[in-house]
Amino acid sequence: MTDERRTIGTAGAAGRGNRSTPPSTAARALAGDRSVPKKPVKKAKPQPPAQGESKAAQSASAQSASAQPKSAQSKSTQSKSTQSKSAGRPAAKSTRQLGGAASKRPRSTSSQRTRSLAGERQGPPRLRAVTEADAAAAAAAAALDSESSKSSLIPGGIPLDEIVVAVVQAAQRVLGADWEGRLAAFVAALRRRLSGEFEVDEFGFDSQITEVLSAAVEPLAERWFRLEVRGVENIPAEGGALLVANHSGTVPIDALVTSYAVHRYSGRNLRPLGADLVFALPFVGQVARKVGATLACAADAERLLTTGELAGVWPEGFKGIGKPYSERYKLQRFGRGGFVSSAMRAGVPIIPVSIVGAEEIYPLVGNVPSLARLLGLPYLPITPFFPLLGPLGMIPLPSKWIIEFGEPIRTDAYEPDAADDPMLLFNVTDQVRETIQQTLYKLLVDRGNAFF
Amino acid sequence: MGRVVLVTGVSGEFAARVSRSLAEQPGIERVVGIDTRPPFGDLGGVKFVRADIRTPVVGKVIAVEDIDAVVHLDVNPSEQSRGRSGAKERNVIGTMQVLAAAQRSSTVRKFVLGSSTAVYGTSPRDPALFTESDNARDGVRVGFPKDAVEVESYVRAFSRRRPEVTLTTLRLAQVLHPAIPSPLRNYLTNPLLPSALGFDPRLQFLHIDDAINVFNESVLRDRWGTFNVAGWGVLLLSQVARRLGKPTIPLPPVGFAAASRRVIRMMGGEISPDLHRVLTYGRAIDITALREIFGYEPKYSTEETFEEFRAAVRPGPLSVLGLNA
Repeated sequence: MTDERRTIGTAGAAGRGNRSTPPSTAARALAGDRSVPKKPVKKAKPQPPAQGESKAAQSASAQSASAQPKSAQSKSTQSKSTQSKSAGRPAAKSTRQLGGAASKRPRSTSSQRTRSLAGERQGPPRLRAVTEADAAAAAAAAALDSESSKSSLIPGGIPLDEIVVAVVQAAQRVLGADWEGRLAAFVAALRRRLSGEFEVDEFGFDSQITEVLSAAVEPLAERWFRLEVRGVENIPAEGGALLVANHSGTVPIDALVTSYAVHRYSGRNLRPLGADLVFALPFVGQVARKVGATLACAADAERLLTTGELAGVWPEGFKGIGKPYSERYKLQRFGRGGFVSSAMRAGVPIIPVSIVGAEEIYPLVGNVPSLARLLGLPYLPITPFFPLLGPLGMIPLPSKWIIEFGEPIRTDAYEPDAADDPMLLFNVTDQVRETIQQTLYKLLVDRGNAFF
Repeated sequence: MGRVVLVTGVSGEFAARVSRSLAEQPGIERVVGIDTRPPFGDLGGVKFVRADIRTPVVGKVIAVEDIDAVVHLDVNPSEQSRGRSGAKERNVIGTMQVLAAAQRSSTVRKFVLGSSTAVYGTSPRDPALFTESDNARDGVRVGFPKDAVEVESYVRAFSRRRPEVTLTTLRLAQVLHPAIPSPLRNYLTNPLLPSALGFDPRLQFLHIDDAINVFNESVLRDRWGTFNVAGWGVLLLSQVARRLGKPTIPLPPVGFAAASRRVIRMMGGEISPDLHRVLTYGRAIDITALREIFGYEPKYSTEETFEEFRAAVRPGPLSVLGLNA
């Protein structure tokens, strides 16, 4: 029965189970649990024979328990017959020795049993200790294991201690070696959030939420989009700067990824300037405020820049993200140049940011203007997969991304009243736009195929 | 020379406190309070005149008492008991009568208007912080915000006709104090807080001490212009609710006004009819001008004001969890 259960299923694959064995039981049998009958331990060796009687003890231990007294008696009679000339004392002595042997015998068997138990525990792999650092936790779990009886089985059939061990292991996997400290810190942070004891600035920027969201975007950017970032050194380590980027991709994921890239590679927080539609939408507006976004208006831009923040602006706006796929990487009009005057008034540099890859995530092949007007949206996109595949069509295509932060364009060299000179503003706007356009062409050549 | 100050709407709790404090100021000879209702509490050294500012009686009061400074505090959101149309009458028609009387008077040298940040409206197109030169984008078409905008425009017109009168317009954020009725105070005293699903507005509060000090300064010194008055910093509605230990009830943003009113009425409370926009998009103001031009540094931030409020009110149902220990 045990062997049959051990080779589980027809293929003998571990943990599969067969008709009479549930998978959990089978898995535990493989892992060496006591609740499933074991085959007898072969390797258990007796004590080295100290005296002649121990041979009898050995043979007795090999035999069944019922046969033991009889053999001992026969041996004693044998020895008595050979040795006895004066029947009294040697016989008594031999019986005493035999009695000693007999009294020793149960002890030896009990030691065998404990040893066999020990062998059971050590022998089959239980895959407890993940690393050496976890050894203490594993030992504690093992102690818990030995103490726990079958009464700690929960109805599902999984012992409670197994669950505890699993939780401990999961904590170690997720949080690392010093999991207890980090778990405590996490619980404390959670408690502060739930009690409202966190800080936001006047824009509603919440650094804790931003950290969490940045970690959530990381796999999307690094694995899915295989993001490559160039020119991080152009982002100033301190002080204000205005990042101006091209906008594309039907859904403004490029803003999200740019914010992530700035946060991850330069360690600063990008404060995106968004359209008013963003703040009118439920959930979107709330999250946008919490990650530091604010309305793209001159007042907010100057407020951010003069307080030394990095502001990000996408001056193409809806013209950029809502343009058809056939016009990809062709920059649209750069707003009305308001971003240049904001940067000039604040005296901060403009950093042109070129984003390649966002155009391919949702190729916009059609638009439903009437329905969009009805819903109050700037456009209603049709992509090759949306709305054809429904929610599946909302998965962005895995294009390769390159974000290049260009050389800063200084604005502090201009006269103080330069921000009121429209011709100068147009010129600087065109300069920024041309820089981004040329960089886009260069990056497109560098990237090669959009997806592979 | 001593000043004689007229305070309108003096039976309101806030105006009563302001006028009491004005009466204690050494540079002020006499404070006359005017309202249609008798005051609930003690007005201290304030002389109370029961009159309706919507009638020309106010002109006689100004003439008889030799008023030289008017503090107009009778611009308030409607209380449900008095009705919306009554509030509009008091706010707009009352202001027009007071201004007409002040224009006639030869003694009035100063006009202080207690306005509200409601003049900025509330909309998703708002800048993060309103400055005094910003105009409302949206949310001033009905109710008290519309009244406030009209009142301010009448006061500006008055100032053009009487340029020698010192005009100070104070745009106050909502005062948060357990004893002083304001739309947000009334809202926050409910055991459950209806909120707009998917929105977390930024709120700002003003401490009563700072409000009183700013009015004293305005009367005692000449401070031309319009100034925002609030505690610095913002609090999110979610923060406020969690700190109070009160659960929020997220309601769909479409039809939030009606739904929140219904929920609050079920709990036996009242909600100001214009509050739902603030609870959706929030509003915050910039007080740089108050600090640098007016020359007053607020003593309490929004957060400190709120914490004082929280300590004074009964904790919410969720505070039994002990998270705020």
